[in-house]
Amino acid sequence: MNVTFPAASFQEDATPPPTSNPLLTVQNLNVAFGPAHSRRAVVKNVSFTVEKGRCVAIVGESGSGKSVTARTLVGLTGACSHVQADRLTFQGKNIDRLSDKEWRALRGKHIGFVLQDALVSLDPLRPIGKEIGEALLVHRAIRRGADLAERVVELLKLVGVPEPEVKARQLPHELSGGQRQRALIATAIALDPALLIADEPTTALDVTIQAQILDLLSETRERKKAMILISHNLAVVSQMADEIIVMRDGEIVEHGSSEQIFGDPRHDYTRGLLKAIPSVRSRGSRLSSSRAARFVSAEGDEGTALIQSDIAHCGRPLLEAERLVKRFRGPDGKLRTVVNDVSFSLGYGETLGIVGESGSGKTTLARMALALEVPDGGEVTLEGRQWSSATEKERRHRRSDISVIYQDPLSSFDPRWTIERVIDDALTRRREDPRDRASRQSEVSELLDLVGLSPSLKTRRTLELSGGQRQRVAIARAIAPHPKIIVCDEPVAALDVSIQAQIVDLLGDLKSQLRVSYLFISHDLGVVHHLSDRVLVMNHGEAVEAGRADDVFLRPRQPYTRKLVAAVPQLRFQAA
Amino acid sequence: MSVATSSAGNAKAFTTATVTTGAGNFPVSLYIATVVVAFFLIAAIAPKLLQTHDPLELDLMSSLKGPSLTHWLGTDQSGRDLYSRIVAGTGQSLSIGLGATALSLAIALMLGVTAALSSGWIDNVLSRFFDALLALPTLFLALLFVSLLGTSVSTLIVAVGLGTSPGYARMVRVQVLRVKATGYVEAAKALGHSPRGILFKHVLPNAISPLATMFTLGVGQAIIWASGLSFLGLGVAPPSSEWGALLNAGRNYVIYAWWLEVMPGIAIAAFALSVTVIGEYVQQRFEGRIELP
Repeated sequence: MNVTFPAASFQEDATPPPTSNPLLTVQNLNVAFGPAHSRRAVVKNVSFTVEKGRCVAIVGESGSGKSVTARTLVGLTGACSHVQADRLTFQGKNIDRLSDKEWRALRGKHIGFVLQDALVSLDPLRPIGKEIGEALLVHRAIRRGADLAERVVELLKLVGVPEPEVKARQLPHELSGGQRQRALIATAIALDPALLIADEPTTALDVTIQAQILDLLSETRERKKAMILISHNLAVVSQMADEIIVMRDGEIVEHGSSEQIFGDPRHDYTRGLLKAIPSVRSRGSRLSSSRAARFVSAEGDEGTALIQSDIAHCGRPLLEAERLVKRFRGPDGKLRTVVNDVSFSLGYGETLGIVGESGSGKTTLARMALALEVPDGGEVTLEGRQWSSATEKERRHRRSDISVIYQDPLSSFDPRWTIERVIDDALTRRREDPRDRASRQSEVSELLDLVGLSPSLKTRRTLELSGGQRQRVAIARAIAPHPKIIVCDEPVAALDVSIQAQIVDLLGDLKSQLRVSYLFISHDLGVVHHLSDRVLVMNHGEAVEAGRADDVFLRPRQPYTRKLVAAVPQLRFQAA
Repeated sequence: MSVATSSAGNAKAFTTATVTTGAGNFPVSLYIATVVVAFFLIAAIAPKLLQTHDPLELDLMSSLKGPSLTHWLGTDQSGRDLYSRIVAGTGQSLSIGLGATALSLAIALMLGVTAALSSGWIDNVLSRFFDALLALPTLFLALLFVSLLGTSVSTLIVAVGLGTSPGYARMVRVQVLRVKATGYVEAAKALGHSPRGILFKHVLPNAISPLATMFTLGVGQAIIWASGLSFLGLGVAPPSSEWGALLNAGRNYVIYAWWLEVMPGIAIAAFALSVTVIGEYVQQRFEGRIELP
């Protein structure tokens, strides 16, 4: 088994034994929202303690109450919330009935709080140096003047922001995502709080930046400070945490040491979460326990599926992109090359994964494959015929050969439309025989069934569905015209790990049953490795490396690919 | 258009408040608004049903009498019953409100959609044209048309309709551009639908649904504009009892007979307010997408 022991974070000796006087005690915490008659419990009977120098991780899916628990500890549950606890003490003092003023004295100075999205958490009109200085000034830790500026630069240097003197004077949007997150961590640790709470600190970041931020956070821990880390990413948690709390629907499902949770998970839910993580090990196996999708074919459809499997071996690629170039004019009027000289081909029934960090040109490449963007150089051919250079009118009747699944399915649905209408609209038969309503209706039901949705959802609007259900509708729409290729642009990036597992399984089932080819775009190397036959690695608009998935991920040849692969957090403990 | 922006803000607060208390709750304000609008609609269609006196009957013996049991809202200088006159004027006021708003939106839709769909110089010319018209006060535009066309009900409709259209046109343009850039329009393109089909299936319905609300908000506003013109003596001439004309007529007696100004004013405010409340509710249903039980 692939067990890794990152030296920086795995220090068994450094963690002190539990003392009788913990830094933070939470006993039977209950948080509910809403007015008295329709109160909704979000956190139910949660109890845990945090010792000095320990890192406690809270994991769970969205809606599990993990963020609310964290916010309660800094008094930021907001209006309409009802917090109740048998005991809520920090450094031996009661913190369950504090006034706003008392909270302000505690926040920042004694408990630091790092939020998920640095861009929205930082004042867009304030230089980040000022933001950090503010944290120091509020608690009168330092007086305005040269000392302050010096301390701010020192802090920025500490969190590894390059050119701290320059960056301190810049606005948040002038910094990169990683730098912003570092600045936010700098504000949180400015006063050296005894407890640092980090709520999904790396979720919005690319894997290489994520690795840097995790290193930075583990340094904080080495200074004998306590930390509560909140994340849905189990691999991230496994590298940092001494103790793990698994939450679901506001309750603690399992609580134990990292070794126990990852090595010997007791609860089914925890086991499911661990199994749901796609990686090299999971290739060829199912991630979720959901039933395999069944292909219920409408009359006359069996033929298509079989024919596709036959021509899969005839050698000619289905989609071929040759030396694609795309430039966009930036806000400063300068031309930026977003995709530079990229070629790839996609065979029948094959899955080509495209990986890269944000801004590497993956999505632009996909849009050129879909002919929604016209390349400035090079050409895309579909089944050997002109595609990107054809006119839109010529392309229109061939568009049913290539469909698309987006990262955010909701925005790709007309908000006024019901699910039935969304899928019906995508049926090719609709255009052939618009009067045949009955058979179209039954086909919509079959498609819904195929993607694992109850046909009774037909009359609902997409806004009323959950994220996973929406992505299933998007998949149903994508397969409705019987395409030969489906372009998936980050189809699971916005989903929780267990929902992600179900969607990835569904895509895998459909591939084998419908014989479609996927152009699968993701920044998640695990997902890409799980699904792809071949992989293309992109960086700054250029194709860095291409090859079979196992070759690229297990034996990367290019330094950039090696860096990317190394940055992926690995589960530290793996059940045999 | 300050009118539209402020009402959009109100609508938002309204929406969130109702969502938290449950979608099935009809706010009391909505009941009242419905009753008020129903009353005025009956007054517009069949004024005789609601009148207590002949609105044109002179009775100099009881001129400038305050509100009483015989004359609910008092009488004017010629002893005519104010309540009956307000009821009689409802038809004209409402047709000005509805007509002007419909005209205004029709022009706005035509020009706004054209501007949004034609990129390049046509869009530029039209947009600058809207901007130039917006720089002039609505009342000034309306005055311009009244002075060109003379005073009558139809002139008022045209004047107010044209005067308020540039603001709507700009909103229509922005709505169409917004919908054009959405993921579902791109998804429809990727499915191979024709631009014509996409325009009628996605772009227009989604761009127009916020306008349904603006229509109801606009009706109240148009009545106020028309009343303003009548008050200045540029609207409907006496003895017509259009609400603005009533206000204008009562101006000279306001010191002895406050009701001549206050009562028509309340009628205008009550109708405009009620239509706005209903408009906001409609907006909540369309844009907040609340399913009613």
